[in-house]
Amino acid sequence: MMLKVIRPGLLTSMQDGGRTGFQKHGVIVSGVMDPFAHRIANLLVGNEGNEATLELSLMGDAWEATEHVLLAICGADMNPMADGVPLPMWKPVWIRAGTMIKFSGCRRGARAYVAIAGGFQVPLVMNSRSTYLRAGIGGYQGRALQKGDELKAEAPSERSQKLFDYLEKHAEGRTFYAPDWGIAAELFPRYDASPVIRVIRGNQYDWFTEKSRQDFFQKGFRVNTQSDRMGYRLDGPVLERIESDRELISEAVTFGTVQVPAEGNPIVLLADRQTTGGYPKIAQIVSADLPLIAQTKPGDTLYFREIAHQEAERLLFEREQLIQQAKLGIQLKYM
Amino acid sequence: MSDIYMEPLGEQAIIIRFGTVIDQNTHEKVRKFAAWMDRFPIPGMVEYIPAYTTVTVFYDPLAVMDGKRLDPHTQDQMLSPYERVKRMLHEALEQSSDIRPAAGNIVEIPVLYGGEMGPDLAEVAAYHQISEEEVIRIHSQGEYQVFMIGFAPGFPYIGGMSEKIATPRKKSPRLRIPSGSVGIAGTQTGIYPLETPGGWQIIGRSPVSLFRPNHNPPSLLQAGDYVRFIPISREAYEAYKEEES
Repeated sequence: MMLKVIRPGLLTSMQDGGRTGFQKHGVIVSGVMDPFAHRIANLLVGNEGNEATLELSLMGDAWEATEHVLLAICGADMNPMADGVPLPMWKPVWIRAGTMIKFSGCRRGARAYVAIAGGFQVPLVMNSRSTYLRAGIGGYQGRALQKGDELKAEAPSERSQKLFDYLEKHAEGRTFYAPDWGIAAELFPRYDASPVIRVIRGNQYDWFTEKSRQDFFQKGFRVNTQSDRMGYRLDGPVLERIESDRELISEAVTFGTVQVPAEGNPIVLLADRQTTGGYPKIAQIVSADLPLIAQTKPGDTLYFREIAHQEAERLLFEREQLIQQAKLGIQLKYM
Repeated sequence: MSDIYMEPLGEQAIIIRFGTVIDQNTHEKVRKFAAWMDRFPIPGMVEYIPAYTTVTVFYDPLAVMDGKRLDPHTQDQMLSPYERVKRMLHEALEQSSDIRPAAGNIVEIPVLYGGEMGPDLAEVAAYHQISEEEVIRIHSQGEYQVFMIGFAPGFPYIGGMSEKIATPRKKSPRLRIPSGSVGIAGTQTGIYPLETPGGWQIIGRSPVSLFRPNHNPPSLLQAGDYVRFIPISREAYEAYKEEES
């Protein structure tokens, strides 16, 4: 055992990059809401990148480290503490057995990601460790963490072990120890309560009235309290279709699809989205900006800005390059 | 192949449109192409989702570029990931015309109609000014083809339902629809495998499990199967439930 849940957070679940390959059977992808923070957290502890991490939403947990652990905390700032002392984020941290690790509410962002050296140990369900809450499968017993849960890690890579040993040696008598390097602040996305989110036009963009199309790009949309990992419902100007009774023949949707039911309030589909949908799609959030929306919470206001499809492709490659650079940089530290 | 149209769904997926209406001809094209993708996935493909009139192919743009960097300075001279995928899919379309997909099964789905199990049965009946019994009779009369599985694990989209009971979706989706619920949306009918939000008109509930995570495939129904709805009593419903657990 490595971590024991003393007090569960609001919604903490184990996630990886998602359960792909079964969407034709209607099985949703799930996986992390913020893929960037998840991957970086994994890389920082010497993992490959897609090992299961813990996703903490809005209000974090309290855990006891029952053995020495090597963790990295990325994403939202939930004021992490080790025995009452602030823990650094976006860095690998070695923590002594017996330490109480405590998170509280979000100061910035909405979701924190905790990676452990080796990755969390849970069985693969349909090739993934992601928790699919609604179906009760995957992750830790198919559910969010509860008091008393005991979490284990897989065997660490050689790289992880080296860093573990190095930090343990330097920790001396301390509760925890982190190296002086980490991910530079300018690399991680700036989580904002009113982010500008880049989109490309949706497949049914033309179905909407001229005024609604203008409103979509000019007005703000507030994240409704009925928002979760499946999707965010947005409040703002009502988006009207040119032909109000025209029905869409159901087709595939994806992470970041912005669809509009007949009532006119858009829904952004997120990690636990359905595989197909019958509402017209006004826009599609570009991959590079998915972390921005994942880190907003009910009450925050979103603004949408249109970019070209080719620009979205370029941004995706740019983001990937950034992650590869970070990966190389981290690997050099582990030599 | 001139009537087939492709467009992006974000920068990691492409929608191939085989038609604009739900019919047998378009369905055959979708099934053929899906069968081809099962056998000969294009390089970089992650998975695909077949639907009524579309197949959406999800891909990894980095894998599609096969190690080539998408450099903004050279982008003009090289094909983008999307353009590459589009070209490969066009080639696949030309090659797939002779493939024969496997024949579908016939599956009977017992349904307890109306009451608390089908809270919208009265609304559907009122919409068409017919009795609830007539709605049940029409709904359970047909042998329907499963056109696609989607929305939720194992959720079948069933086409060919009679216009006599076709009813538009609810204006605002319900936040919670119990698993097993049988619904109508336009001329589509289907069964909810899990408790989920949804906008369909709910006319009854089935005791059978459509999503079986420990089976392969995890869905009871597959695109191409045929479904018959069998009206059952409350007692029969309870007995089925007992058997399932």
